[in-house]
Amino acid sequence: MDLYEYQARDLFEAHGVPVLAGIVAQTPEEAKAAAEKIGGVVVVKAQVKVGGRGKAGGVKLAKSADEAQQHAEAILGMDIKGHTVHRVMIAQGADIADEYYFSILLDRANRDYLVMCSKEGGVEIEQLAVERPEALARVSVDPNTGIDAAKAKEIAEQAGFPEEQHEQLSHAFIQLWDVFSKEDATLVEVNPLVKTGDGQIIALDGKVTIDENAEFRQPAHAELVDEQTEDPLEAKAKANDLNYVKLDGQVGIIGNGAGLVMSTLDVVAYAGEAHGGVKPANFLDIGGGASAEVMANGLDVILGDEQVESVFVNVFGGITSCDAVANGIVKALEILGDSATKPLVVRLDGNNVEEGRRILEAANHPLVTTADTMDAGADKAAELAHSARTDK
Amino acid sequence: MSIYLNKDSKVIVQGITGGEGTKHTALMLKAGTNIVGGVNARKAGTAVSHKDKAGNDVELPVFASVAEAMEKTGADVSVAFVPPKFAKDAAVEAIEAGIGLLVVITEGIPVQDSAEFFNLSLTKTGADGKPVTRIIGPNCPGIITPGQALAGITPSNITEAGPIGLVSKSGTLTYQMMYELRDIGFSTSIGIGGDPVIGTTHIDALEAFENDPETKAIVMIGEIGGDAEERAADYIKAHVTKPVVGYVAGFTAPEGKTMGHAGAIVSGGSGTAEGKKEALEAAGVKVGKTPSETAALLREVFKG
Repeated sequence: MDLYEYQARDLFEAHGVPVLAGIVAQTPEEAKAAAEKIGGVVVVKAQVKVGGRGKAGGVKLAKSADEAQQHAEAILGMDIKGHTVHRVMIAQGADIADEYYFSILLDRANRDYLVMCSKEGGVEIEQLAVERPEALARVSVDPNTGIDAAKAKEIAEQAGFPEEQHEQLSHAFIQLWDVFSKEDATLVEVNPLVKTGDGQIIALDGKVTIDENAEFRQPAHAELVDEQTEDPLEAKAKANDLNYVKLDGQVGIIGNGAGLVMSTLDVVAYAGEAHGGVKPANFLDIGGGASAEVMANGLDVILGDEQVESVFVNVFGGITSCDAVANGIVKALEILGDSATKPLVVRLDGNNVEEGRRILEAANHPLVTTADTMDAGADKAAELAHSARTDK
Repeated sequence: MSIYLNKDSKVIVQGITGGEGTKHTALMLKAGTNIVGGVNARKAGTAVSHKDKAGNDVELPVFASVAEAMEKTGADVSVAFVPPKFAKDAAVEAIEAGIGLLVVITEGIPVQDSAEFFNLSLTKTGADGKPVTRIIGPNCPGIITPGQALAGITPSNITEAGPIGLVSKSGTLTYQMMYELRDIGFSTSIGIGGDPVIGTTHIDALEAFENDPETKAIVMIGEIGGDAEERAADYIKAHVTKPVVGYVAGFTAPEGKTMGHAGAIVSGGSGTAEGKKEALEAAGVKVGKTPSETAALLREVFKG
């Protein structure tokens, strides 16, 4: 999960990373009060999980609390690359002498962590990495030892900072490692990390991504979820422990196993090319069990999507046998009753498939069609979605 | 022949007394696996009852630690069915004990835990300078050498021994592909897992299959996220002489969304299915558009 800048700032502060005062506001009045509290020059910053907000007019300097209120008025509700601004952060103005870059991230290829650091901050780091790779130090970090004093000094040296800055920077690096390791982050980025006119090192803007698998030992992270921007169907699925991602198509998808479901989306999209360009409506992995209850919950979420015209259930019976899955589907349709209104194409394969297909045929549910292969099922579901759309 | 696992492998189960451990110990025995015991510190000294492939009763001893189990049974493979909270400790224990192969089935392990135990495994090297413990997973179905042994949760009734080697990030796609090619059969099939940090990689498996005389062709299944497939493509170009066919899932995945597997995410335009497919094709790998088309491509190899 990506965090907002204000959430990253708060985590930084909690872990002793030097930051400036910053208060989040949801209304222009709150923004004004925040500006008054902080005093002096403040910056009104749109809180969106996307880059380029400065260029989009989402960051404005305010010399007074009234001005902060006016800016907040303009910024709140603004659309930045498809993200609506629901909050602004009122941040203390900084006297910037120099801008640097620092990040720690999970390095999937090397299976350890990578620190990137540069004396040239405040720029697009991807661009810097391509144009002047020598200006960007890359230092790998052993997950079992992390960033200690020696590693911090190595980073400062590699990035070419003068000796007299090493101690001060090292302190910031070690505290940022503290954020990374103690918060189960997969990314901690500071851009820019600044030196102020009076020589202090401050993390001025931060980006943090946290690992959702660590939820069980990070109870405080539940508070960081932004329910306001969460898709309502995704929220409903999550409440039912379903692995669901909303997409923008017409064919609802249910499958077991992340890889098979991803593959099913692709196969439906290909099939859709011959049926008016219909597309998959969602990703939904019901996992190994495929009980009636899980199936019913899954169908309930999918049918809650008004764009859905047909549903493709694609299950490979591995450990779970297909007869159990077929019974699950039949019972799920019983549970849903009249609220199940869209045609279902079911493809079962694998363990005990004949019995599974027999159960579906015997139930003879008017909404259910069976398919022998994944490709045929995808084609049928796409065809049904297309004809339903055309009939409207 | 096979890679990493065969009929002589002596397998222990970490978490053998738990629900998943019990269920899959039974299935692994049914697949012919030589399971010699299990580990649960709180139930050390007891035994669990199961049936072997022939239907005979077997009593599997439960040990206090992986080290003890290895000492008493000569075990060289451990399969961990341990909840995410305790998975790192279980893995560290197996690595410290010097097990040869550790298969971590558990889904939902914090990635920092995986990074920590994987890097620990790199520091425990043998006389050849290589890490003693090979890790498969986490978040994977494990490994099966049909007709010989299963260390994991792959259904053993899909297919029999044959000349195809398979390596995949996904469990059910592995099953699907084994099912499509069940008449040809598999030497070994490995699910390496869908997490951002995993032990055995596509490249490791490709290297092992290349060196395995029984494997005549390789199926490689990838999915969005990271650049493991791109690096595997480079490896294939330079080192693999056997025919490889590929499949990549996730062409329709939107940017920035995790698709089920923790590692399956397209971020900042990298890790796309399109990019992976192009890299594999540039390395001479035929890539199927769908699982069935991929299976058809593999069939051509054997016809040709």
